[in-house]
Amino acid sequence: MTPFDYSRAGDVAEALRLGGAAQAKFLGGGTNLVDLMRETIERPAALVDITRLPADIAEREGGGLLIGAAVRNTALAEHPAVRRRYPVLSRAILAGASAQIRNMATVGGNLLQRTRCPYFYDDAGSRCNKRNPGQGCDAIDGFNRNHAILGASEACVATHPSDMCVALAALDAVVHVEGGHGKRQMPFGELHRLPGDRPDQETTLQPGELITVIELPSQSIAARSTYRKVRDRSSYAFALVSVAAALKLDGGKVKDVRLALGGVAHKPWRALKAEQALRGGEATAEAFRAAAEAEFTDAAPLRDNAFKIELAKRTITAVLAELAGDAR
Amino acid sequence: MSIVNEAKQAVRGAAMDVMEKAVALAPDSWMPGGEPDPLIRARHGSIGASIPRIDGPLKVRGAARFAAEFALDGMLYAALMFSTVPKGRIATLDTAAAEAAPGVALVMTHRNAPRMKPMPLFMTAEKADGGDNLPIMQDDRIHWNGQPIAVVLADTQEQADHAVSLISVTYEAEAALTSLATAKAKGTEPGLFLGQPLKAEKGDADAAFVNAPVRVDRRYSTPRHNHNAIEPHAATVAWQGDKLIVHDASQAVQHTAWSLGDVFGIAEEQVHVTSPFVGGGFGGKCLWQHQVLGAAASKLAGRPVRIALSREGVYRMIGGRTLTEQRFAIGAEPDGRFVALIHTGVAPTSRQNAFPEPFILPTMSSYGSPNIKLDVETVHLDMLANTFMRAPGESVGTFAMESAIDEMAVALGIDPVELRILNQPTEDPLKGTPFSSRHIAEAWRAGAERFGWSQRNPTAASMRDGEWLVGMGCATATYPYHRMPGGAARITLTRDGGARVEIAAHEMGMGTATAHTQVAAERLGLSRDQVTFAYGDSTLPGVVLAGGSQQTASIGASVIAAHHGLIKELLKLAGNDSPLAGLSADEVGTVNGGLAKLDDPSRHESYVSILTRSGRDHVAVEGSASAPLETMHWSMHSFGALFCEVGVNSVTGEIRVRRFLGSYDCGRILNPKTAASQFRGGIIMGLGLALMEETQFDERNGRVMNPSLSDYHVPVHLDVPEIDVIWTDIPDPRAPMGARGIGEIGITGVGAAVANAVFNATGKRIRDLPLTLDKLM
Ligand SMILES: Cc1cc2nc3c(=O)[nH]c(=O)nc-3n(C[C@H](O)[C@H](O)[C@H](O)COP(=O)(O)OP(=O)(O)OC[C@H]3O[C@@H](n4cnc5c(N)ncnc54)[C@H](O)[C@@H]3O)c2cc1C
Ligand code: SF4
Repeated sequence: MTPFDYSRAGDVAEALRLGGAAQAKFLGGGTNLVDLMRETIERPAALVDITRLPADIAEREGGGLLIGAAVRNTALAEHPAVRRRYPVLSRAILAGASAQIRNMATVGGNLLQRTRCPYFYDDAGSRCNKRNPGQGCDAIDGFNRNHAILGASEACVATHPSDMCVALAALDAVVHVEGGHGKRQMPFGELHRLPGDRPDQETTLQPGELITVIELPSQSIAARSTYRKVRDRSSYAFALVSVAAALKLDGGKVKDVRLALGGVAHKPWRALKAEQALRGGEATAEAFRAAAEAEFTDAAPLRDNAFKIELAKRTITAVLAELAGDAR
Repeated sequence: MSIVNEAKQAVRGAAMDVMEKAVALAPDSWMPGGEPDPLIRARHGSIGASIPRIDGPLKVRGAARFAAEFALDGMLYAALMFSTVPKGRIATLDTAAAEAAPGVALVMTHRNAPRMKPMPLFMTAEKADGGDNLPIMQDDRIHWNGQPIAVVLADTQEQADHAVSLISVTYEAEAALTSLATAKAKGTEPGLFLGQPLKAEKGDADAAFVNAPVRVDRRYSTPRHNHNAIEPHAATVAWQGDKLIVHDASQAVQHTAWSLGDVFGIAEEQVHVTSPFVGGGFGGKCLWQHQVLGAAASKLAGRPVRIALSREGVYRMIGGRTLTEQRFAIGAEPDGRFVALIHTGVAPTSRQNAFPEPFILPTMSSYGSPNIKLDVETVHLDMLANTFMRAPGESVGTFAMESAIDEMAVALGIDPVELRILNQPTEDPLKGTPFSSRHIAEAWRAGAERFGWSQRNPTAASMRDGEWLVGMGCATATYPYHRMPGGAARITLTRDGGARVEIAAHEMGMGTATAHTQVAAERLGLSRDQVTFAYGDSTLPGVVLAGGSQQTASIGASVIAAHHGLIKELLKLAGNDSPLAGLSADEVGTVNGGLAKLDDPSRHESYVSILTRSGRDHVAVEGSASAPLETMHWSMHSFGALFCEVGVNSVTGEIRVRRFLGSYDCGRILNPKTAASQFRGGIIMGLGLALMEETQFDERNGRVMNPSLSDYHVPVHLDVPEIDVIWTDIPDPRAPMGARGIGEIGITGVGAAVANAVFNATGKRIRDLPLTLDKLM
């Protein structure tokens, strides 16, 4: 680990001032950032601890929720309003990491956690365009069982590892950020980037910008929602494929649907093609499978991960069938 | 013919002859013609009691001191830099920035390391236990991806770690052989273990197989595995003049002392290795380069050094299990009797050691057949030296053997339990020697009954529970009884009535100290709280490897020898004024805190009385275990009958083990509590082997790509179902205390039990470990 300065911000203004310094980074629970510093992949000159910033979960007028970026993952998963109105979010969080890590991890940090690609982690011995732009990517022809099948590029085939973010993608969350140039808001889908030729640029945040709040809009559909994660052991493993879904039926037809996927792409993947195929259609296993097929027409498997295409299709179909069953 | 026995003989070398003479003078009770260990008859005392581990409270309180917890005055912390190419030489190496970094005392590389000999390779001499035989930081050569190339010593671990990141190095890489397929294409060579080919042949198995009415002929593969003991390897090292002190995490203190002496050109008495507690060994905690580097750097710096490997460090420089590609073929009569067993294949090893995983071992003794052919071929790769890992050979060999038996049961339409019982041999299938004790059929019957095997539907893919396909499978577990030469122990009786048993054995968490306190108390006729069991120190007597599940037998035989001597000594001290006067050593035993005539307990004198009358504070006697002749005369093996129920998700292919039962025949169980933990722990490790463990070795450059516990999966609690363990508890008359070892058998057979259950659940036969969900989709 490279030596660094540490300070703790008492409010957003102080965080922005301290975080604006060259090579400063915000520190949430540190469960990802500190690991990356130990591996010398991140070498910030200064850490600005933001865990004292507002950590409230507030009701928004009209029924949504405003979640402070410093809220711990456990607190969010256990919040009664979240469990009742957005069960997919609670389940997604609880499917991730371990109880100890969730107790430390913050919402802001979860959003910005970095990929688990093993070549990205191997600073000493492997090439990685995300760590060192232009260096090459050792994963493309190496171990890539956990890598992307959608939206990857020739530069990078890594996946975003978060479970929570898959639920947020399905729930049309809004990200509030604040920086040197003031406040702005963006739809969740615009926070993370696909790798393109700049896999080192993972988000659309500007340097020094702070995530302050995650807003969940009021959505009656979310009350019937769930999360299913498929992984290599029962617990404490990243998703091979995960599905966040919400479904509203109207008789035997799909009135509305939200579908997002984890473990398949460089960003939490909102399955818009599948949603479009489903909306207004029959709520049958065949229709669910057809929608899943539609989502993966452009899928590009690598050496070790072709199975994920079929796995994702099956999991989507099963999750939708389960929600449809519940709805009937 | 037995490879293992031949190997043992090679190790024994000249010492053997001497020992055989000694044995002739004092034949041990379990030797040919001898009586079984009298302790076998002790049924209601300390032996067999469920005693909690005596080290438990110490560990719960954090008071047990592990290798990386010895704090020495002026101690420096070591950090290592590892190579990133598999072969070649160091072209440039700039350590200036590291040397200038805060707190750094020394950077050691091949340029300034003291001159040392390579480690003596494991088992090439009686006390050799080096993991490889390469020069250690003596030149600029690179032999594997992950080889240590620099050691930094600093005032804190953080400073040392940081300084390592400031070293810059470039390599002149050379073409390396890191792909098994490429190596095989160039040709394989016979696998040697200690110079002996891993080969055995009886009859004409190829011909018998071709002519057999029912045949199964399959290929199975198992991946590399890494050691992941909860305590990463560590040593705290200091030089006192020309004396080297090493607080190690070791399963071979005596071997390590001798081997380090050899490396540094000093006598073994000048090396003192302690290892009071070990956080898991499993075959991985012998001598590796880190102890040598720690001692060398300490010598150079003139200060004590703590070298504690990071988890990544363990993956880079401590060998694990190598991969295997196995063929298992069975020819059978329609009634199920085997006429041919063929178990062959390839297991690569490194150039700097010679240990092709001996996967044929379980087939040497598990089933009878007139024709048997066993053969391990090898290739040499440019990789970290592989090594022993819990049940080397049996763990992965049983996957092939027991999967193939299951396939044969399906082909024959015979219940797999019955097929196994039907093919039990009446004598050792290869050597023809009699079995010392073999009750596997009883274990199968008891296990099947308790598990409810009769409820299994033999038709695959016929049981369902919602989304889950449910199946049951079974497999045999097996591990030989070993006892290596060199065991010795000292018993000291003190006038306060206490006894101290000392032997250079090891407590790696398995309950050694607890079980042997029980045994010693029983043998000496004392209560457990009167007995102290001292171990884990190279200044104690005995050369006792905690490996090959042989430590219990080795300690047992050593204590028996010391006990014989003690009786003689006590009789001498008792003299003519004792109720024991005139009795010979053969006529007395140790009961009730003293000596007594065996058939007349009224002639008794307590130890305290004998010592008091003779004016002695204590009496100490050391004894050397007799040579392990029992394994030459008898075929000695432990067995287990394993039963497993799995659920396989019909949507995702995820496997969940729902129930597991192990029914074992391992001789006498000394302590049911610690034994159950050993079996269960082994089974859990076996579940890892079955379902998830796999070292990702990138064949492009020989680099391990999952060197952490978040990427290298071992079972988490949720992966482990309720595990039931039962045992026959039938003493083996040829083993000290009637007990064969139990440390390794737990992992064996589990891979196949799970795979067979998966087949029963789904109709899909997976022959390639681990059983990940993609293989079931
Ligand atoms: C062993 C292990 C297993 C795991 N398994 C899973 C899993 O199965 N599923 C899963 O989803 N996750 C998993 N995780 C990841 C875990 O969820 C993340 O580490 C955690 O959510 C990160 O939160 P944090 O607060 O600790 O972030 P930190 O490590 O503190 O920060 C992460 C990044 O976010 C930045 N940051 C933090 N807060 C803000 C903010 N408000 N504004 C701007 N930038 C900010 C930091 O600068 C840093 O770059 C696992 C982690 C570990 C160590
Ligand atoms: S996939 Fe992306 S993160 Fe992984 S090595 Fe390639 S560039 Fe780096």
